[in-house]
Amino acid sequence: MTKYIVKRLLLMIPTLLGVAVLIFFLMRIVPGDIVELRFAGESSYAQKETLDTERARLGLDKPIWRQFVEWMGGLVRLDFGTSMWTGAPITEEIRLRFALSLQLAIMATIVAIVLAIPLGVIAALRQDTWVDYVVRIISIAGLATPSFWLGIVFILGLLIVFKWLPPMVYTPFWVDPVQNLAQLIWPALAVGYRYSAVATRMTRSAMLEVLREDYIRTARAKGLWEKLILSRHALKNAMLPVLTVIALEFAFLIGGLVVTEQVFNLNGLGMLFVEAVAHRDYTLTQALVMLVAFVFIFVNFLVDLAYAWLDPRIRFR
Amino acid sequence: MAIGRPAEAAADIREATGRRGWLATMVEFCRERPLGAIGAAVVVVNIVVGLGANVIAPYDPVATDYGAMLARPSTAHWLGTDAFGRDVLSRIIYGSRTAMLVGFACAFFGATAGAVIGVASAYFAGKVDLLVQRVMDIFLAFPLIILALAVVSILGTGIGNVIIAIAIPMIPRAALVARSSALAIREMPYVDAARAAGFRHRRIILRHMLPNVMAPYLIMLTAFLGQAILAEASLSFLGLGVSEPIPAWGLMLRGAAVQFAESAPWMAIFPGVAISLAVFAFNLFGDSLRDALDPRLRAQ
Repeated sequence: MTKYIVKRLLLMIPTLLGVAVLIFFLMRIVPGDIVELRFAGESSYAQKETLDTERARLGLDKPIWRQFVEWMGGLVRLDFGTSMWTGAPITEEIRLRFALSLQLAIMATIVAIVLAIPLGVIAALRQDTWVDYVVRIISIAGLATPSFWLGIVFILGLLIVFKWLPPMVYTPFWVDPVQNLAQLIWPALAVGYRYSAVATRMTRSAMLEVLREDYIRTARAKGLWEKLILSRHALKNAMLPVLTVIALEFAFLIGGLVVTEQVFNLNGLGMLFVEAVAHRDYTLTQALVMLVAFVFIFVNFLVDLAYAWLDPRIRFR
Repeated sequence: MAIGRPAEAAADIREATGRRGWLATMVEFCRERPLGAIGAAVVVVNIVVGLGANVIAPYDPVATDYGAMLARPSTAHWLGTDAFGRDVLSRIIYGSRTAMLVGFACAFFGATAGAVIGVASAYFAGKVDLLVQRVMDIFLAFPLIILALAVVSILGTGIGNVIIAIAIPMIPRAALVARSSALAIREMPYVDAARAAGFRHRRIILRHMLPNVMAPYLIMLTAFLGQAILAEASLSFLGLGVSEPIPAWGLMLRGAAVQFAESAPWMAIFPGVAISLAVFAFNLFGDSLRDALDPRLRAQ
C-alpha cells in the first residue's frame, strides 16, 4: 500500500511539470505584456525607457529560460512570488478568493448529493417506469441547462416574485453567516443542479449494475430485509463510481465557475483567472493554473486511493 | 437455398447476416426509443432552422429598430425585441446556425482527433503509449477556461477560433475512451493478419482499427455536441466567443439582457431556453444512441 501511494505521488510530478511548462510558454505566446497594458492606460505614448525600466523591475528583460528556472526554483520552495499587477504576495491575492470558491464548491456538492443519491436510487429501483423516466428527464435537463443562465433566472424570479435581490457583495461566513448564505445559496443551487444531474445518472447506472450481482440475489434468497439489502449491500457497492464523478466535478468547480461567478458578482478564483490573463499577470496566472491543476491531480489521486481502499478486488500494482 | 435473382440474393444475405436497410433501422430506433426519437426530431428541426434561417426568420437579425426598443412579445415580435429593437425570435433562429456550426465542428474535430490519437497510442503501446498518456494527463489537468482564454487572446475572437478553443480540450477525453476500446482490438487476429501482410502502421490504424471503435466514437460525438454548444454559450457570454453583431445564444444573454432583466425578462429567458432545448435534444438522442450501441447495455 505504501509503495503504491508513493508511486502515485511521484507520478504527479511529471504531470505538474508539464502543466508548468505549458502555462509558462503559453502565457508568453499571448501577444502583449503587462507593461504595455499598464502604460497604455495612462498616456497615449510612453517613453521606451520607462517601459524598459518597468520590464527590468519585473524581471521580464531576462532570457526566457532564466525566467523559467527562477520561477521553478520558487515553486519548489512553494514561493509563488508577487503579483505583477498589484505587487501583493500571490498567496495573499489567492487566499480570500480560494475561500469563496471552496465554500461555493462545498455547498454545490451538498446540493448535488442530497438530490442525486435518492433520485438515482429510486430511478434504478423503478427502472423503465414513469418514475424512472421523470428522473431521467430531470437529469438530462440538468445537463442541458447552462448554470449561468439558471442563475440569471433565479435572480429574475426572486426579483419579480419576491421583489428581493440576493446580496451582491461578498461577506465571509465567519463575519455574517446569514448574509453569506443568502448570497451563496443561489449560485450553489444553480451549479448544484447540473452537478446533481451528472451524479444522478451515475448513481442510477451503478445501482442498476449492482442490483444484477449475484450477492444481491443471495441476500434476497436469504430473506434479508429489502431495506437492508439496499443500504448495506447495494448502495455501498454502487457508491464508488458515484464518488468518482462527485470528486472530479468538485475539482472542476474550484476555478471552473467563471461565468456563474460573473452572474452573481462573486470574486472567486474563476474571475481572478480572467483578470490575471487580461492583465498578462504572468506570475498570478501561473500560480492559479498550478493550484487548479494540483487540486485536479490530487483529487484524482484520492479517488484512486479510495478505490483501492474500499474495493478489495482492486489490487495495487 | 436456390440462387435466385440478385435482389433476392441480397435480401437473403441481409437476412442471414442480420443487416437491414437504414430505413428499417431508423423505424426500429423510433419504436424502441421514443425519447431518443423525439431528441433526434428536435435536432433535425434545429439544423433545418439553422440552415434556412434567412428564409424562416421574420426579421433581419441585425436590423435595429429604435421605434421598438425593448418591446414586449406581441404579434409583430413574437418573442419581443432587445435593447436595440432587434427581433429576439429572428436572432434566436440565426443563433441556431451559429450553435449548430460550432457544435458539429467542435464535436467532429475533437472526437476524430482524439480517436486517432487514442487508437494510435494503443496500437504502438509501450513507450509511445506512456508518453501520449502523460501528455493527455497534462491537458486534462489544465484548466479549460485558461486554454480558451489563451487561444482567444492569441488568435482573436471569431467563430473559427472559438471552435479551436472548445475542440482542443475535448481531444484528451476522446483519446482516453478510444484508447481503452482500441486496447482490446489490438489483440484481434485481423490486426495480426494485417501486420503480417506487411501493411504500414498508418493503414492498420486508420483502416483496420479506427472503424472498429465506431460505437464509442459516435457516443462521444453526440455527447460533445451538447457540451460544445454549452461551452460556446459560456464563452460568448464572457465576451470571448462569437462577437457582436453575429447572433449567438450566449451573446444574447450578455450585457443588456441582464441589465434590463426586470423590465424586459424575455431577453434573458428565451435565448437560454433555446440553448437548453438544443442541448437537451442532443443529450436525449445521444443517450438512446448509447443504449442502442453499447453491447453491454443491449445484452440486459
